Amino acid sequence: MTDVALSRKEDHRLLTGRGRFLDDLGRGALCAAFVRSPHAHARIRDIDVAGALAVEGLVAVYTWEDLPAGVRDPLPLLIPHPSLTHGRTPYALAREFVRHVGEPVAMVIAADRYLAEDAAARIDVDYEVLRPVVGIETAAAAEHLVHADVPGNLGARLEQSVGDAAAAIAAAPHRLAFRLDIERSASMPLEGKGVYARWDGEDLRVYSSTQTTTSVRMALSAKLGVPLPHIEVIAPDVGGGFGVKIMHPWPEEVLVPWAAMTLGREVKWAEDRREHFISSAHERAQIHHVEVGFDDDGRVLGLDVRILHDHGAYTPYGIILPIVTSTQLLGPYKIPSYHATVDSLYTNAVIVTPYRGAGRPQGVFCAERTMDKIAAHLDLDRAVVRRRNFIEPDEFPYDHGLTFQDGRPLIYDSGDYPQSLEKIKALIGWDGFAARREAAAAEGRRIGIGLGCYVEGTGVGPYEGAHVQVVSNGHVYVATGLTSQGQGHQTVLAQVAAAELGIGTEQITVTTGDTRRFGYSVGTFASRAAVMSGNAVAVAAGKVKEKAIALAAKVLGADPGSLECAGGEVRARDGSAAIGLGTLAVLSNPLRYSFDEESARAGQFAGVPDPDTPPLEGEPGLEATGYYSPIRSTFASGMHAAVVECDPETAEITVLDYAVVHDCGRMINPQLVEGQVHGGVAQGIAGALYERMAYDEHGQLLNASFMDFLMPYATEVPAIDTDHLETPSPLNPLGVKGAGEAGVIPVSAVIASAIEDAEGFAIDAMPISPSQLHHLRGAAR
Amino acid sequence: MRITLHVNGVPRSAEAEPRVLLSDFLRGELGLPGTHVGCEHGVCGACTVLLDDRPVRSCLMLAATADGHHVTTVEGLAEEAALSPVQQAFGECHGLQCGFCTPGFLTTVTAFLEAHPKPTDEEILDAVSGNLCRCTGYQNIVKAVRRASELMES
Ligand code: FES
Ligand code: FES
Repeated sequence: MTDVALSRKEDHRLLTGRGRFLDDLGRGALCAAFVRSPHAHARIRDIDVAGALAVEGLVAVYTWEDLPAGVRDPLPLLIPHPSLTHGRTPYALAREFVRHVGEPVAMVIAADRYLAEDAAARIDVDYEVLRPVVGIETAAAAEHLVHADVPGNLGARLEQSVGDAAAAIAAAPHRLAFRLDIERSASMPLEGKGVYARWDGEDLRVYSSTQTTTSVRMALSAKLGVPLPHIEVIAPDVGGGFGVKIMHPWPEEVLVPWAAMTLGREVKWAEDRREHFISSAHERAQIHHVEVGFDDDGRVLGLDVRILHDHGAYTPYGIILPIVTSTQLLGPYKIPSYHATVDSLYTNAVIVTPYRGAGRPQGVFCAERTMDKIAAHLDLDRAVVRRRNFIEPDEFPYDHGLTFQDGRPLIYDSGDYPQSLEKIKALIGWDGFAARREAAAAEGRRIGIGLGCYVEGTGVGPYEGAHVQVVSNGHVYVATGLTSQGQGHQTVLAQVAAAELGIGTEQITVTTGDTRRFGYSVGTFASRAAVMSGNAVAVAAGKVKEKAIALAAKVLGADPGSLECAGGEVRARDGSAAIGLGTLAVLSNPLRYSFDEESARAGQFAGVPDPDTPPLEGEPGLEATGYYSPIRSTFASGMHAAVVECDPETAEITVLDYAVVHDCGRMINPQLVEGQVHGGVAQGIAGALYERMAYDEHGQLLNASFMDFLMPYATEVPAIDTDHLETPSPLNPLGVKGAGEAGVIPVSAVIASAIEDAEGFAIDAMPISPSQLHHLRGAAR
Repeated sequence: MRITLHVNGVPRSAEAEPRVLLSDFLRGELGLPGTHVGCEHGVCGACTVLLDDRPVRSCLMLAATADGHHVTTVEGLAEEAALSPVQQAFGECHGLQCGFCTPGFLTTVTAFLEAHPKPTDEEILDAVSGNLCRCTGYQNIVKAVRRASELMES
C-alpha cells in the first residue's frame, strides 16, 4: 500500500498517530495551571497562596503583583478603530477586578499538571462580589457597569451609511419593522489552546496552538523585551481553530514564556475543556432592530439596522465583528439606501472574537429574514424576491459605497448570483416543493423549505509571503508564514508550487506557521490562506522558475525563450537538451568545498570558468521569496437551501435535505473545498439547532462541558448536497477567492426560513430548540 | 506504583501514581501521544483506545485499572509500513482535516468493522455517533467507514 491514494500530504502522519500537537511536545517540561475567577464580576480583596506551598513538586506561584513591567501591563488592543472610544483589555493576571468567570487570577507552575492543579486548588482568593452585567439588554440598560469608567457599558458606536435610508423607508410603498436575535456560541476546536516555551538565556522558542505565529512573536517581543531575532514561534499541528486561535496574545501565551524565562526551565500549558469554555473567546450574540421599505415588486428601497453587539468583558480584537456584520449584511443585494448603527457593549462574559463566519451569519440572518418577510408581505415566492434584488452579473465590480473590515472600499470583484439561485433551486427541488409539502401533510407530517444567500469578503490583506527553495536532490521546500489548523495547506500550496515548477507534489514539502522558516505573515483567518499564501507561493515559485531557466540557458548555451520547466528539469522545448532542477540548484551556488558528487559539480575547478565574469551573479541558491498583497478583498458567494420536518407533537426539528451552491472562484483542490463546506455547514447546523452558551443571571456558564453544550455528532448533521460555480476573481493571478467560512454563514437563516415555512409563524431568534418551538406554537395559537 | 500494559503487542511498564489516567499514562509515561484528549470527560471520544480489542475512553479510566491488559492505540493500527484499511480509507475519502479526533475514530471504527464487516448505513452512523469531530461535518467520515469495509473485503 502506498500513500498515493491519500487525499493530502498531511494525512499519513495524522493517520498513524505521528502528528505532533502542542501537548505532545515538551515531555518532562514543568506544567502551568491557573486559578480562575469563579465570579462574573468581583473585586479581589486578597490572594492567599500559603496552602499551595505545601504541595510537593510546586515550583512557583504568581499573581499580578509578581509580574514585571511589560508583562503586568494590560494586554494589547490589537485592532484599534476610531469608533472604539472605550476600548478595554484585560491584564494577563487579574489586577484587582475580575470581569468574567474564568478570568485568570494566579498562575501555578509545578512538576506536572496533576500537581499544578493540586496547588491551584489550595490557593484562597477572597472576592468582594459585584453586580454582574449579563445579556445584551442588561448591558444596554446599564444599571450596572462592567467597567466603572465606561458609561452605558458602551465600548463603541459605529455607523455605516449610503444614501438616506430613513427618507427612503418613509417614502416606500411598504414598510416592515422587526427584531432579530442570535445567541452566543463558540469555535470549539477539538484541541484547546496551548503554549510551550523554552529559554536558553538568550533565545526564546515558543510553540503555540495559534493561528498566527508571526504576530505572537511580535507581541512577545514587545511584552517580554526579547529582541525579535531572538524569538521563534512555531505552530505545531493544530487541532482546529475556527477563529478562536487568531486572538492573541492570550494571557497564557505571555505568562508561560515569561515563566520559562524567569525559571530557566521549559514550561507548558495545555488548556482543558472547561478552561476553554470559560476563558477562550465566544461569538455571535447580537440583537438587530431592522426597518425596511420596499416597492410592490419586493425591491428594497431603504434598509435601516440597529445592532446591539455583545463583545464580552474586554475588546482586545476591536470591533471587527460588528463591522463585518454591518457591511456583509448587504449580501448579493442592491440596497440603494442603507444605514446601520452598532452599539458594541460590555458584558460580564468571556470575550468575543471571530468564530468562523465572524459576524456574517448574523448579517445574513438579517438580510435573509428581511427577504422572507417581504415575500410573505407581498405574497411572492421567496426566491423571486431575492432574484429581483440581486446585483446583476454585468454589474461587477460592484461598489457598495461602504468601508470593509480591511479599511478598504466594499467593492465586489465578481460573481453570478442569478446562476447560483437557479442551481440551488434545482438542487433542493424548490419548484416542486408545494406538491411534496402536500404529500407530507397528507401523512400528518409538517415540512418546510428555506433558502439563504450570502456574500463573503475573503482573502483580506494586507499581505502574505512565501519562500521556495530547490535543494541539490531536486526536492522543493516551500515555507509560508501563515498557519494551518487542518485546512490542508501543505497539500494545496504544494499543488500551486507544483503547477508553477512543472513537478509532482510528492517532490514538494510545505512548512507553515514556523517563524524560523518564514518571518513575515499576518495569519490564518477570514478565509484568506488560499488567496494570500496561494498567490504568494505562485509568485515565489515563478521567480524560482525564472532563475532556473536563466541559469540553464547559461549552462546549456541556449536561448531562455526556448526553455521550459517541466518534469523536474529545465529543458529545451524541442527536446535537444535538459538539465535537472537539482543540478541547477547545485550550480546556482558556486562552491569552494565539495562533500559529494553533486557539490563537486559546483566546485571552483569544475568546468571551464569564464575569466571575465564573477563566479556568482545575483544571489546564490535556487530559491526565491515572493509576496502577494491585494488592493482589496475578494468576494466569494453562495446559496444554501434546506428542507426541515417539525414533529407536530414533540416539536423536534429534523433537517431532511441540505443543499449548498458555492462559488469561491477557481478551486485549487475541489475535494478540500468541499471538506471546508461540510465542516462549515455542520457548525452552522450546530448554531441553528443545538449550540448556545447558557449564562445564568449571575454570569455563570451553565453548560461548560461537552455533556451540556450540544456539539453535533454524526447523527445530527444531515447529508449535504453540494454544487459549485466558479467565477474567477480578477484580483489575483490564481483567480481564487476563499472557502474556509462559506459553509457556516447562511445556515441559521436557511433553517429559520424552513421552520417558518413549515409552521406558518415567524422565526426571529436562533438557535431554536424543540422546547422553544413548542412555546412559539403556543404563542401563535 | 508500577503499571505494565501490553501496548500494541509490546509489554510496556512504567511508574505512575494510582490517580493517573490511562490517557495521560499512554501519552506521558509511555511516550505515545497519538491518543488525543479533547474533553477529558468522556464525551468526545478522541481518547478512544482498544482495551483487549474493545473501544474504551482512556480519559475515563485509570492506568492502574488497565494493568496487565492489552491496549491498542492509533500508533499500533498500521502493520509495518502499511496503513490499515481503516486508515487508508480515511485518507482516501478525506475523512480528516485537523486530525485531532482521528485517532479516536480510527480505533472505534477498527473495532466496529471487526464485529460488523458489512455494515448498513444506519449501523455506520450509529457506530461513529459517539465521537465528536469539529472539522469534517462527518460526511467523509461516514464515507470512509463504508470504503474501509470495502477494502477489508477485497
Ligand atoms: S478525551 Fe476522552 S472522551 Fe473526550
Ligand atoms: S478532523 Fe478536526 S476534529 Fe475531526
